[in-house]
Amino acid sequence: MRAVKRFLSRAAAITCLAALLSQSEMSFAFDLPLHGFAQGNYSAGTKESNPDGKNFKWAEERVQLKLDLSPENYELFIKQDFSRDGVDTTFRGETREAFAGYSGTGFDLRAGRQIFTWGTGDLVFINDVFPKDYEAFFSGRPLEYMKKGVDSLKAGLYAEKISLEAIAIPFFEPNTYPSEKRFHVFDPMSSVTNRHTSEPSSTFENTEIALRVYGNLFDYDSSLYFYKGFYRTPSFLPDSMPAPTELEIFYPRMNSYGASVQGRALDGVLSVEAGYYDSRDDKDGSNSIIPNSEARFLLGYQRQMWEDFTASFQYYAEYMSDYSEYKNALPTGFPKRDRVHTLVTMRLTQFLKYQTVRLSLFSFYSPSDEDYFVTPEIKYNLSDTVWLAAGYNIFGGKKETTQFGQFDRDDNLYSQMRYEF
Amino acid sequence: MMRYLAVLFVVFLPLRVFAATAEDIVKKSQAVFLYQGKDFKARILMKLVNKNGQERIRELTMIRKNYGESGGDQKYFIYFFQPSDVRDMTFMVYKYPSKDDDRWLFVPAINMVRRIAARDKRSSFAGSDFTYEDVSGRDTEDDVHTLVKEDRLGGKDVYVVKSEPKAKDSEFGKKLSWIDKASFLPLKEEYYDRKDELVKIFTADEIKDVKGFPTVTRRTMKNLKTQHSSEAIFNKTDYNMGIEDSLFSERFLKNPPKKSIE
Repeated sequence: MRAVKRFLSRAAAITCLAALLSQSEMSFAFDLPLHGFAQGNYSAGTKESNPDGKNFKWAEERVQLKLDLSPENYELFIKQDFSRDGVDTTFRGETREAFAGYSGTGFDLRAGRQIFTWGTGDLVFINDVFPKDYEAFFSGRPLEYMKKGVDSLKAGLYAEKISLEAIAIPFFEPNTYPSEKRFHVFDPMSSVTNRHTSEPSSTFENTEIALRVYGNLFDYDSSLYFYKGFYRTPSFLPDSMPAPTELEIFYPRMNSYGASVQGRALDGVLSVEAGYYDSRDDKDGSNSIIPNSEARFLLGYQRQMWEDFTASFQYYAEYMSDYSEYKNALPTGFPKRDRVHTLVTMRLTQFLKYQTVRLSLFSFYSPSDEDYFVTPEIKYNLSDTVWLAAGYNIFGGKKETTQFGQFDRDDNLYSQMRYEF
Repeated sequence: MMRYLAVLFVVFLPLRVFAATAEDIVKKSQAVFLYQGKDFKARILMKLVNKNGQERIRELTMIRKNYGESGGDQKYFIYFFQPSDVRDMTFMVYKYPSKDDDRWLFVPAINMVRRIAARDKRSSFAGSDFTYEDVSGRDTEDDVHTLVKEDRLGGKDVYVVKSEPKAKDSEFGKKLSWIDKASFLPLKEEYYDRKDELVKIFTADEIKDVKGFPTVTRRTMKNLKTQHSSEAIFNKTDYNMGIEDSLFSERFLKNPPKKSIE
């Protein structure tokens, strides 16, 4: 109850501040290439406290400053965040993006921290092999925080029919998963608390390479993808089995090969994407701690049903190679996954009041895991500079061991308020 | 049988003659209003005003290039300056008069290009009272056009043309257009719903000569039902700049050349 009161009073304070700011003239912002926002973002559990006893999944005030300079063919872009975390009361600086670039005839280069988004999936990723922040996604932060920047070098080559993007990432960046303090994460080895992480070192041979060749094929946006690098999901190596005392967290090597097409069909937009994840450290699938190779497939369709209303659906499947080796190697007591993991998603979006109000519903359901994740959200643009959003993240499933099922007790109600300048 | 045919012929003869004329006027008007030059560019300031007088701003650069004849395919490149939450967003449309558009949106916050499903060309453009059709035109074949009368408006001789959609499921019933006999620009348009109630009024508030092309540089669309109105002011208008095909690509959608959008 106290948490809810605190939540409401903070939300009210931020709203008032935002409303005040929106009335004031900040004309200087238009003369400088400096922009950004001030934001309040709060999310409270509605079922149970967090494992560490607190109620907020997220409570934060954040300021972002964005500098965009582009003399002639050069560019310098910096997006710097400063935040105060209300859950563990820390101040943080975070460089979201910072790169320099050059754009020439038929080519461009960018070096520095950059965010990349590849593939056709809507919150489902096959050939988007870049790091994600799932904690941000599950705790009601604005969607852009699901993507993490990577310190990298990007080169683009552009011709009339075909283009190429090549990215080299010398510094490994893993995905961020919900912390065990804030979410009820399923952990089959929770008794082993002595853990250390070893990330791939920044050597020449560990440099990740991502390539995308794309063009237009029969009116369809078509891409081929290649990636050489690492899984961004950690693997856990125990010092001894069946009674481990120490765990080493590491990231196995992985290559992926993929393709996607997207275009107009059936009065809407149709997408097909596929990829093969080659698990290079477990070629025959007999190592239980390293993921097996797998094929991934995605079919997506979106359609405008009426004015300002769009519906989209996706079907996603992962097919594990060497399944019998996986079953044989799986230690007792570990949850066994199906050979084929499937997921269906639905997104409904309705704009109202001259697109100042957006109602949306996004849902995941896995027929193989029998779990779900549903988010209804309302966003309201109070003015040109202030918007508010509120939503509800609802998790559940038959088992506590699956992707969404483990967060059954972590349903959270969130709000986002932002003043942009 | 022959007698019936003769009657039918007589009944429809004058109508058909009129319809052909009205069609020519509408086609000519569309050519002037939406297809002038090989390419076109404008920095557009839109003021959206709701019934309480609250104003919102949309500022964007729109670049258009024609492919083929007047009334044919076009490509649009749109870059948003304002409001802040859409700054640096770009939007690209490949317009085909007889089928659905191809539309792409670039979301800078996550460096993502996304295809947008677009069926309804009568959807609002950027939350304004203008629809995609108002921005990029409607296939003249979709309507039956009739010349209602010849009239005067604001000191100019005009044709008044009625356009009724052939498709019965269309939510709008008819449009009346006051088309300038001299320039063929629409000076005023009235949109009626299927109950024949007047819903929206378009007015061309300012017309300037740009490189010899008469151009509507200020226009307003007012919705009488919601009392919401949108005014679009076209600044820095230009024609025939030699816009390259390569502009309309994913590369420049993600990283628009500053010279082109300013």
